[in-house]
Amino acid sequence: MFEGWDAVVLARAQFAFTMSFHIIFPAFSIGLASYLAVLEALWLATGREVYINLFHYWLKIFAVAFGMGVVSGIVMSYQFGTNWSAFSDKVGPVIGPLMAYEVLTAFFLEAGFLGVMLFGLKRVGPRLHFLATLMVAIGTLISAFWILSANSWMQTPTGHAVNADGQFIAADWLKVIFNPSFPYRLVHMVLAAYLTTALVVGAVGAYHLLRDRHLAGPRVMFSMAMWMATLVAPIQILAGDQHGLNTLEHQPVKIMAMEGHFESHKDGAPLILFGLPNQTAGRVDFAVEVPKLGSLILKHSPDAPMAGLDTVPRENWPPVAIAFWSFRIMVGMGLLMLALGGLSLLMRLTGKFYDSRLLHMFALAMGPAGFIAVLAGWITTEVGRQPFTVYGLLRTVDSASPLAAPAVASSLIAFIIVYFAVFTAGVIYLLRLMAAPPHPGEEGPSHDAPIRSAGITPAAGAAVEGAAE
Amino acid sequence: MIAIDLAIVWAFIIAFAVFVYVVMDGFDLGLGILFPLFPEKHDRDVIMNTVAPVWDGNETWLVLGGGGLMAAFPLAYAVLMPALYTPMIVMLLGLVFRGVAFEFRWRTTKERNKWDVAFFGGSFLATLAQGIALGAILQGVHVEGRHYAGGWWDWLTPFSILTGVSLVIGYALLGATWLVMKTEGELRDRAYHLSWIFLLAMLGAIAAVSLATPFLHVQYTQRWFAWPNVLLTAQVPIAVAVITALLLRSLAKKYDYQPFFLTLALFALSYAGLGISMFPYIVPQSITIWQAAAPANSQIFMLFGVAGLIPLILGYTAWAYWVFRGKVKPESGYH
Repeated sequence: MFEGWDAVVLARAQFAFTMSFHIIFPAFSIGLASYLAVLEALWLATGREVYINLFHYWLKIFAVAFGMGVVSGIVMSYQFGTNWSAFSDKVGPVIGPLMAYEVLTAFFLEAGFLGVMLFGLKRVGPRLHFLATLMVAIGTLISAFWILSANSWMQTPTGHAVNADGQFIAADWLKVIFNPSFPYRLVHMVLAAYLTTALVVGAVGAYHLLRDRHLAGPRVMFSMAMWMATLVAPIQILAGDQHGLNTLEHQPVKIMAMEGHFESHKDGAPLILFGLPNQTAGRVDFAVEVPKLGSLILKHSPDAPMAGLDTVPRENWPPVAIAFWSFRIMVGMGLLMLALGGLSLLMRLTGKFYDSRLLHMFALAMGPAGFIAVLAGWITTEVGRQPFTVYGLLRTVDSASPLAAPAVASSLIAFIIVYFAVFTAGVIYLLRLMAAPPHPGEEGPSHDAPIRSAGITPAAGAAVEGAAE
Repeated sequence: MIAIDLAIVWAFIIAFAVFVYVVMDGFDLGLGILFPLFPEKHDRDVIMNTVAPVWDGNETWLVLGGGGLMAAFPLAYAVLMPALYTPMIVMLLGLVFRGVAFEFRWRTTKERNKWDVAFFGGSFLATLAQGIALGAILQGVHVEGRHYAGGWWDWLTPFSILTGVSLVIGYALLGATWLVMKTEGELRDRAYHLSWIFLLAMLGAIAAVSLATPFLHVQYTQRWFAWPNVLLTAQVPIAVAVITALLLRSLAKKYDYQPFFLTLALFALSYAGLGISMFPYIVPQSITIWQAAAPANSQIFMLFGVAGLIPLILGYTAWAYWVFRGKVKPESGYH
């Protein structure tokens, strides 16, 4: 079985599959960790019970999501070796240290303080506990920093040289880390994580408001989440635009694929809204396009010439249809988020924020939108980098392990079966937790002796600390 | 500029990370392996709670071991991972089941048994795969140029099965002595009993692996038995005998802490034995640490991070253990 299959295609399918499952959890936990830190800070500052209830409510959800992120992440750190050993040998000296720094500065920080964050409030008191929450939140952001630096270097490699063994080596570490696309990608991804979390929080809040619009917890979380959508969705669209211009500068072929520009346009390229990219024929079938708008957006001038894929050798074309469509899905989601943010602001200003069923239904429907946008965005940028692993320098076919197709196929099937079984169960448990509204006296993941948990407030915690001195 | 051999420094750092992993995740996985021997829900809750706050940090050392290997010895990582393809995949999938079980089993009553089985199965398979991988590395892999050139079942030999089973026994012993330290009453008594059984099994396993290793390669035989090496290498079995005697005594006297830490000492000695066999190879008999080493500037760049951060990491990890110190009382689980 699988003898006739291409091991490289199977290895790519495996990476895409395991990566897509993995990215969902960090995208959620980066935002959620920061949200938890904000909730705990608000509780410490105001002493209002609703904040600690919300904190414990989302902490239980965080624990489940974080666990799934950890186990799917370990798979990624070994997959470079198992399926992409030639890549590891050649590129390991450059991106290996970046990932090692991610482990040292982020993973340990998150994991080391996670136990205290989840189970330690009564053992260490509110202030130290807040420190632990903060460390976990900072850890998730540091993690994003390093892994996006490594990924960005693969997209826009700078600061490197090649040694006698054919390995990439760093000539200038600062240029490697702060490569041209990194700042744009980092901002775009962290904002995406925040938006993703806000949309989930908002959907959960909306779900409970639809059933009872007087619940304190859902009102607070819905309001916080909608502020996030109102403020961050426009910023994200701006950041995405800047990221796109950066891509045009450094990876023009990716933009050609995203835009479906097979042909060059000497005096202004159109913006193709929809169509069916036909890679073989080198054209977009049934294209619906706005003349000159492509040049206006990308070059800020309607008559600016734009080169197309006809200027690029065919063997260097990425799969156009995938990049074209995933990009449109991402942008579509972004526009819907903008609409939700705008509508919620309107309702807020007109005093119908907690009463508008339309707004609540819209917010509920938008719950998964962040995940869809994140996945679509990653597919756009990764597929757009093809047929290279290190853009322009190392081909994907030259990166794979010397494995027989049956080995890769077997492991791919095993991953598909296990991931669907495990993560389906996990998502069901998450939805079950979200389906119950937060209530007064909410417990965290800790089921520690219930008698003591009743009277935990910042004031009481401070008193305990005072007594201990 | 002081002449330091970066490859040797990094070999010790990777070895250290892997050893810390074995020490810390060893008892976690051991608890999973012992799970079927504690069928009561109540006991299982307590067992889970002894490691619930720390397991994630423990597992992170495995990521450092793998990530560090890729960064510091990319050639070794690139050769070994395809050579160990199946054991690695099995280990990763085992760790998926084991890891999610920590959270999932508290989120459902109907399916709790399913996740208890996942916890056991995941722990068992991950451990077996790690042990098999170790044996497969020791017996050497087929390398051509900068690539693994063997088949995808080369790792499977009687020797690698022996090391796989040995590690299962070893982790089970770590788990049992951990429970002795962290629990009370009837649960602890059962853990004592199991510690005896798995200690005897572990001694058998150490003897079997020690006897089999020299037959894998003539180099191993020379390393251990050639004069004057034997003056040094003979210290290892002597130390094993001493630690074993202390361990037996601590179990007989029903001490709380000593059995666990003496078991760790036994692991450390076995690990040192492995180091003696392998050095200076990172892929035995094919690639030395110097051949596999990443360019100096990669190793130096990371050395700053390791020197500054590992002490910090050990510090806050110790703090987390301190926060959750002492016996886990049945009535005050974290969950």
